Amino acid sequence: MTSIFVILILIFISISLWQMIKIFDLSKAISGVKIDDSQIANDKDNSTQAKLMLAFLAFIYAITIFSIVKYGKFPLISNAASEHGDKIDTLMIWTLVLIFIVQIITQFLLYYFSFKYKGRKDSKALFYTDNHKLELMWTIIPAIVLTGFITYGLLTWSDVMNLQKENDPMVVELYAQQFNWKARYAGDDNVLGKSNVRLIDIDRANILGLDENDPNAQDDVITTELHLPVNRPILFVMRSQDVIHSAYMPHFRAQMNCVPGMVTKFSFTPTVTTKEMRENPSMIDKVININNIREEKSKELARSGEEPLDPYQFDYLLLCNKICGKSHYNMQMKIIVETEEEFSNWYKNQTLFKNSLIAQN
Amino acid sequence: MAEYIEFDKNHHDHHHKETFITKYIFSQDHKMIAKQYLFTGVFFMGIIGILMSILMRMQIAWPEQPNIIFDFILGKWAPEGVMDADIYLALVTMHGTIMVFFVLTAGLSGTFSNLLIPLQLGARDMASGFLNMLAYWLFFISTVLMVSSIFVEAGPAAAGWTIYPPLSALELAQPGSGLGMTLWLVSMAFFIASSLLGSLNYIVTVINLRTKGMSLTRMPLTIWAFFVTAIIGVISFPVLLSAALLLIMDRSFGTSFFLSDIFIQGEVLHYQGGSPVLFEHLFWFLGHPEVYIVLLPALGIASEVIATHARKPIFGYKAMIISILAIAFLSTIVWGHHMFITGMNPFLGSVFTFTTLLIAIPSAVKAFNYITTLWKGNIQFNPPMLFAIGFVSTFITGGLTGIILGDSALDINVHDTYFVVAHFHLVMGISALYGMLAGMYHWFPLMFGKMMNKNLGYIHFWVTAISAYGVFFPMHFIGMAGLPRRYYSNTNFPLFDDLADTNQIITMFAILGASVQLVFLYNFIYSMFYGKKAPQNPWKSTTLEWTASQKQIHGNWQGKIPQVFRWPYDYSKPGYKEDFVPQHMPLKKGEEEY
Repeated sequence: MTSIFVILILIFISISLWQMIKIFDLSKAISGVKIDDSQIANDKDNSTQAKLMLAFLAFIYAITIFSIVKYGKFPLISNAASEHGDKIDTLMIWTLVLIFIVQIITQFLLYYFSFKYKGRKDSKALFYTDNHKLELMWTIIPAIVLTGFITYGLLTWSDVMNLQKENDPMVVELYAQQFNWKARYAGDDNVLGKSNVRLIDIDRANILGLDENDPNAQDDVITTELHLPVNRPILFVMRSQDVIHSAYMPHFRAQMNCVPGMVTKFSFTPTVTTKEMRENPSMIDKVININNIREEKSKELARSGEEPLDPYQFDYLLLCNKICGKSHYNMQMKIIVETEEEFSNWYKNQTLFKNSLIAQN
Repeated sequence: MAEYIEFDKNHHDHHHKETFITKYIFSQDHKMIAKQYLFTGVFFMGIIGILMSILMRMQIAWPEQPNIIFDFILGKWAPEGVMDADIYLALVTMHGTIMVFFVLTAGLSGTFSNLLIPLQLGARDMASGFLNMLAYWLFFISTVLMVSSIFVEAGPAAAGWTIYPPLSALELAQPGSGLGMTLWLVSMAFFIASSLLGSLNYIVTVINLRTKGMSLTRMPLTIWAFFVTAIIGVISFPVLLSAALLLIMDRSFGTSFFLSDIFIQGEVLHYQGGSPVLFEHLFWFLGHPEVYIVLLPALGIASEVIATHARKPIFGYKAMIISILAIAFLSTIVWGHHMFITGMNPFLGSVFTFTTLLIAIPSAVKAFNYITTLWKGNIQFNPPMLFAIGFVSTFITGGLTGIILGDSALDINVHDTYFVVAHFHLVMGISALYGMLAGMYHWFPLMFGKMMNKNLGYIHFWVTAISAYGVFFPMHFIGMAGLPRRYYSNTNFPLFDDLADTNQIITMFAILGASVQLVFLYNFIYSMFYGKKAPQNPWKSTTLEWTASQKQIHGNWQGKIPQVFRWPYDYSKPGYKEDFVPQHMPLKKGEEEY
């Protein structure tokens, strides 16, 4: 019923719009004013539109300034929590500076010229077809600037992706399935046991398909939270059992897809513990802000008789960032970065793979 | 020459026998086929695609809340007015598919290549009217299949428009990968066949059917753009077809091209040895050139519209041609920048970073040439001109952020976030849309012999322009804050709670932008019937299409085809009283061409 109602309203609005335009035209015709109805822009249109061009330039600048002021604080270009993160952030900042400069200048030229050279009946444009010097200039200058950025970018990239740069990294497997994450630690030998989805045995709780006869697998540890010791290089080995997922750890500037049938790798060294990050002044501000928003929402929920929201406390997260199915939007794992001591205390309490299996008769 | 005469005869015989069916339905006249593409590709599919994006935006802004509109449109997929998470992904997928392929590929190229290639080149019709008709009807079948997939029981394809397997291959992974995905693949197979037939026809026509004097360097930039677009299409679409066929085999015949080692819903599947990354390579070998298949026609249209309405020759005509060719060439060797973090060899990533950032050079040349064309012009602000200027603006804004995404090191952190969504919507979605709208306003008098209302055109442009920036500018920032795309709801991440109000603002701008398209639709349809009669050459343009018979006859020119003596941009040439000299006017004695 409502649907018919909505459609009817829309129809009536369009009819009234049409009628109003007709009345407008007719009243003009009756009043005897000679109207230009050629539907081709005349000098009056040109002058109005030219002013609007300038106004629109102001709008673009305004929305730029507004966005930088409002959102400049929380983008991921500061407070990286990994060793390579700062390098990516520096590159990002330089690139953003370049982009903003070019954007401001070119948009100015575009809209200013549109404003300044608005058409007049009695004027004529300049017949100006070519200027090789100018064209060479705007081929070569972008080429030089880009060469710089390409070189800078590639140096950063090969540094980040170089898995051999650290000696003796701690090996951790990230294992993805619809719709959750598991972490597998390699144990004292720092070697992950062999695994294959064909070895998965739910009845024996061998959920990651480890080879039960592989000596390296015996001391592996499987967890649902990712604990990492601070300042220790980590080599992530990634697998997926069903569809493509992507392990996205934004605070560490790290992301790699998990692809069924193959193993992918990424490596980084966390440098800031969860505790330290919670005490970071800009993080404190952010959390206060978020909690204010959540409180407001909780009040609303309380009014409609629903459960209020929990207050938020900062934690690093691992998110899934490749469309993977229905609950893609809720596929996450908490990451806890802690001191070496805290880490080993936690690790001691975990169950080894060989002890986690359920005996079968 | 002999061929021309023969063609003429055919055309005369043919002309008398036209019935309703041969004229309006199984038409072989390129002008009618262009209109068919316009109504099926742009209007019909465009309305569906935009509506889907609004539903998505409403879900993102007000997640998991009962909504009367969801209840009304989605029915059982929104139980009690709350959108189902699978259907959200289906909307994401179908919006992408429809907009990229149906609206901006078939709709844009189909309409304007068909309309303008023969008319601007001085040809009676396409090289093969029959193949042209066949291309349209294959496209029509593809449209019917794609739209019907929305109505299947388990919902349409929902694996994203990139349909990466295994998600798209296994019904166990999501319900949309059942019949919905089958229909998607079959529809795309028809679509590709249609696109190939169409493109071959365009290429052959441009090479063979130019009128006397129309050398390659006297072709309008529109034709250059359509020509190069068709070539890229012929090179890259077959690769997508092969990927689709292999995926069909994996899905239905148990092969393992893209699948390996899968354990899902408690069972191990038999697949072994395939690689999803192979599919990604095949897909993006089309997928990236596809971006330029969408963008180049818009660039061509913008060039033509800017020169005409600025009453000034396009600056650096030859540089424009060279940059189109450079962009086309580079576009086929950059696809890996979509795959930096898929586990592809990092060294390969370096190569793709290099080639990707190179594209910025010809793009910069184009942008600066447009700006210089405006300098000291005599700009007539007709609605098409506004859209062409808007095009240059969004092309720059959207293109610049490509420097971040094309840089593999930076891509690590913004890959698959809203930053990407904002980037490609501005540089290819909105830009191509602006190019298309500029073309519609500009050539509406040619297509229908009527003028569109300019004041409605002005309202349409300014509201669209404000909404476009209002939607996509802040979106860059929520992407930089790490918000992943394709999330049904962000409420599970308190981390992103401070982005919720921005998402609501974006949605409001999106609704505003979508609604104002109704003004355009109204203007278009009203003007078709009741618009003011258009003069022969309303924009005082130099190109040949404005010399054709206004009666829309099959064969375009009543008498002989005009001969061409000069390049297409003689605007405000010194020594002439009028500020334009049409291409078919012979050069004066001692006059230099340009």
